Formats: sequence, C-alpha cells, structure tokens
Amino acid sequence: MTQALIYALTGAVLFMLGVRSTLLRDSLLARILGLNVSGAGIFLIFVSLAYRGDSMPTDPIPHALVLTGLVVAISATALALALNRRLREMDDE
Amino acid sequence: MNNLLIWPVALPLLSALLALLWPRRSTWIGVAGTGLSLSAVLLVSRQVVESGSIELALGGWAPGLGIALRVDGLSLLMLLMSSLVAMAVAVYSSVYFSDSERRGEFWVLWLLLITALHALFLSGDLFNLYVTLELLGLSAVVLACLGGSRASLQAALRYLVLGLLGSLAFLMGVALIYAGYGTLDMAALGDAIEAGPTAWVALSLMTGGLLIKSALFPLHFWLPPAHANAPAPVSAVLSALVVKAALYLILRLWLELFDGVVTQASAMIIGVLGAVAVLWGSWAALQAQRLKLMAAYSTVAQLGYLFLFLPLLAAIPEGEGRDLALGALVLLALTHGFAKSAFFLAAGVIMQRAGHDRIAELGGTARALPVTAFTIALAGVALIGLPPSGSFLAKWQLLSTVFVTGQWLWLPVIAVGTLLAGAYIFRLLGHAFAPGEGVGPSLSVGREEIPAVLLALIATLLLGFWAAEVWELVPISAYAGGEA
Repeated sequence: MTQALIYALTGAVLFMLGVRSTLLRDSLLARILGLNVSGAGIFLIFVSLAYRGDSMPTDPIPHALVLTGLVVAISATALALALNRRLREMDDE
Repeated sequence: MNNLLIWPVALPLLSALLALLWPRRSTWIGVAGTGLSLSAVLLVSRQVVESGSIELALGGWAPGLGIALRVDGLSLLMLLMSSLVAMAVAVYSSVYFSDSERRGEFWVLWLLLITALHALFLSGDLFNLYVTLELLGLSAVVLACLGGSRASLQAALRYLVLGLLGSLAFLMGVALIYAGYGTLDMAALGDAIEAGPTAWVALSLMTGGLLIKSALFPLHFWLPPAHANAPAPVSAVLSALVVKAALYLILRLWLELFDGVVTQASAMIIGVLGAVAVLWGSWAALQAQRLKLMAAYSTVAQLGYLFLFLPLLAAIPEGEGRDLALGALVLLALTHGFAKSAFFLAAGVIMQRAGHDRIAELGGTARALPVTAFTIALAGVALIGLPPSGSFLAKWQLLSTVFVTGQWLWLPVIAVGTLLAGAYIFRLLGHAFAPGEGVGPSLSVGREEIPAVLLALIATLLLGFWAAEVWELVPISAYAGGEA
C-alpha cells in the first residue's frame, strides 16, 4: 500500500504546486500550465486509488474517470491557449 | 416512461450537432432545438408532479458502475427555469444575431450550453457533475467572448482560468470522496458520508471550487467584467442560469450529501460572506455608470441573499420548517433568474437602439421604447422584492426564518440591501423616464422586446401567484436526508 500512498501524496503536492502558480504567477501561460500540473496531480491520485494490492485486479472506475478528465483538460487547455493567442494578436495590431 | 429523462439533454445536443453541420439554417435549428428541449422538460415535469422523483440508469448499468440521471423537486424547478429562460432568450437572439457573422457559432454554443445545464441538473453522480460543470464553463466562456472586443476577451480568459481552478478543486474533492467511500453515486453517498477528516477536506475543496463559480464575495471579481462585456443574450443566461448551476450544486452538497458533516460555524462563514456580497454588490450597482455593469453587480448582491439562507437552513432541524426556508431560497433564485434575464435583454434592446448603455444618458427611453422601459420597471420590482413578485414572498419567508432561528445579524443586512436595491432601480428609472433624445426616435414595438417583457411578467406576477406550487415541489427529494 505504501507505493500507492507515495503516488497519492505526490499527486497532492503537484495539485498544490499547480494551484499556487495559477494564483500567484502573472504570466498567463504559466497560469495555464499551473492548471495542467494541478490536473495531472489529481489524475495521479485517481490512478493510485485504482491499485488494490497485487492479488486483486485494479479498479477500472478511476481509470475511466482519468480518461474522461484528460479529454476535458485538453479541451480546456486548447481553449485557454487560443484565447491567449487572440489577445496577443490584438496587442500586436 | 423513465426514458423521458434523456430528452432534455439529448435534444439540445443533437440540435447542436445539426447546427454545426448546417450553419445556414442555424437560427432556425437553434430556436427549434431550444423549443424541443423546453417541451421535453414540460413532459418530465408532468411526470414528477404526478408520481414524484424519477431515476434513470443510463444504458441499463446500475448506479455505482453506471451513471444515474435523477430528477426531483429541486432539479425540476431549476430545469423549468433554465428551459423557459432559454426559450425567451433564444427568440430574442434570433433577432439579435440575425445579421451577425457569428450567428452559426452562437447557436452551436448556445445549444451546448443548454445541454450542459440540463445534464448538470439531472446528474446523480459526482464525476458526471464535474464533466457537466466543465462543459458548462467552456461553452459559457466562448459565448462570453463572442462580442470580440479586447475587454470581453480579457474578461472571458479570466473567467476561464478561475472557472478551471474551481472545477479542479471540485474534482479533487471527488477524488477524496472516491478514496473514502468507494462510490460516486449521490444517492448511495447521502447515507455513507460521515463526519471526519476526509469528508471535511472534500467538502471544503468542493465548496471552495463552487463558490468561485457562483461568484460569492470575495471571489466575485471575475463576474462583473465577464457578464457586462458579453453580448446581451449571453449576459442574460450567464447571470440568470450559469451562476445558479453552481449554487444548485452547493445546495445538493450541503443539504443532502454532507448534511451530517456541515457545522453551524462553517455555515455562518458562508452567511457572512453572503451578507457582505449583498451590501457591497448593491453599493457597487448604485455607483455603476453603465446599465449592464449595474445589472452584473446586482447579480453579485442577489446571489448574496441566496447564501444568507445557508446558516438559517443549518440551524433548522429537517422537516416542515426547513422545507419552508428551502422553498423560499428556490423561489428567490427563480425570481432572480427570470427578472435578471429580462433586465439584460431589455438592456440589450436599449444598447442596440441607442448605441451605448450609459445610465446618465438614457433620457427619452420611456418614450422611444415604452415596452422595454416597462420591462425594466417590472424586473426592478422583482429585484427589489416588492409585491406581488416571487422575491417579495421569498424575502418575507426569509425574515420569518430569521425570527424563528434568532439569527438577528441578518436583519439589518436584508433591510439595507433592499433599500439599496430600491435606490439603484429608481435611479435608473429616473433617467429612463426623464425627457431626452438619448435613445433615438420612437418606433413600433419590435419582436425583440416581447421575450423580455414575458420574462419580467413571469418574475413579477406568475411566480408571485404560483409560489405555493414551488413550495409543494421542493420537498420531493430523490436523495437520502432530504425527504420531508
């Protein structure tokens, strides 16, 4: 169980690091990256939750959740980057 | 018959795909799709009134592994509000966007927004709620920047980043719940969750995330620029419906899932923030120079009232008394939804006619646009809480709950907030009914003025007279811990 715990704790640390840079950094790109790091932390926690010991098969539900979550995270990141670029283009004009 | 629950989600989704494939007919598809989803909601509501809450296990998979859709009194009222407001706003948008190049994009996103809202109100599963929250947030952000101005893009981007942060906090809470209880089905969780570190941390994370999305003071700062810079029909649904979705989730969490975990002290904190929101939002609305900004600050204040109910609800034991207070909360939320959407649509009519929305230069509005001026006055009656509007009855019940629970602290807040609301509405009406040429020559009643006046009439008359039905529907609960 300790191995899963290490992964889960790493996930929690990643989540907090991401939230910190989303809130405190000025650069928009850094904030978008911060959100992605946070998301990765949460997904790591979900994946570590799926582990139920060597003798049992892993729990499929958290895996399904992570897959869905990844799709959402990618779409959101794409939208944020597109908006960011549009703003930059407006500044250049 | 339970398959009925699919349609309020499936119809707008299919229409969105159709509008994407057939952009030249998008206006037609958009209005028809919104109308079809409204009729689906009406069918569902007939079923609920006749035989109580409905549950549907999607694809035949039992909840736990599969995803359940559920509808009860609370979600039905939210569905009815969102589909009725959406219908009126869609008719308005068919005129508003008739000459716009953005027409095709608007209707696809519009239908997706309705899909996400309906799915959110029907979801019975925490992870599914996260997905619908994100769908709602993403479509709302893109709609908010359709105006294309720099200010609207900037506001939309801030809205997006904060919204994503909010939903990630929510997702973190979902992960903790799954770790602690091994299920995400809300009906099963209602019985399982007990007070303890996991539940506390999960509740704080989820509530914190949702408070960002529902713009409770001091997390409200993204709302006024985002709502004020969006195109008028978009502002109307953002202010009336999208913020209510997060509020709805907070109610579900606090009253049903975590009802054994919530402490009076934590509810008091939310209540105090709500009180500051009422005072500060109303004050900022009074200071606002632009009509849409005023309406956006008024939304911050009106949301504050809704959060005042949480410490009151936490203090009342489950039963008839709490259902009365909860009914008042829902009635206030519904009235605000109809009134604020009417208000934003009226502001849009004025803006298109006058080319600006500076309050001080609105003289002559009442003569040039009598129907729209009437709409603003009617919506104002509901925003202040004068009889016979639904919010008058709701505030009355709020006051009597304050007396019953002895939480006198809220009394001056409600009084001052109502006076300030009166002040900002009458300041606006003073300018609108003054003589002047600010709005241009008098014209006949436009098709775009009708939806707004209907929405305002629902808020001021219909909800006032049908308030008893709201109080009857609210106690019908699909979840443990909520039954009367």
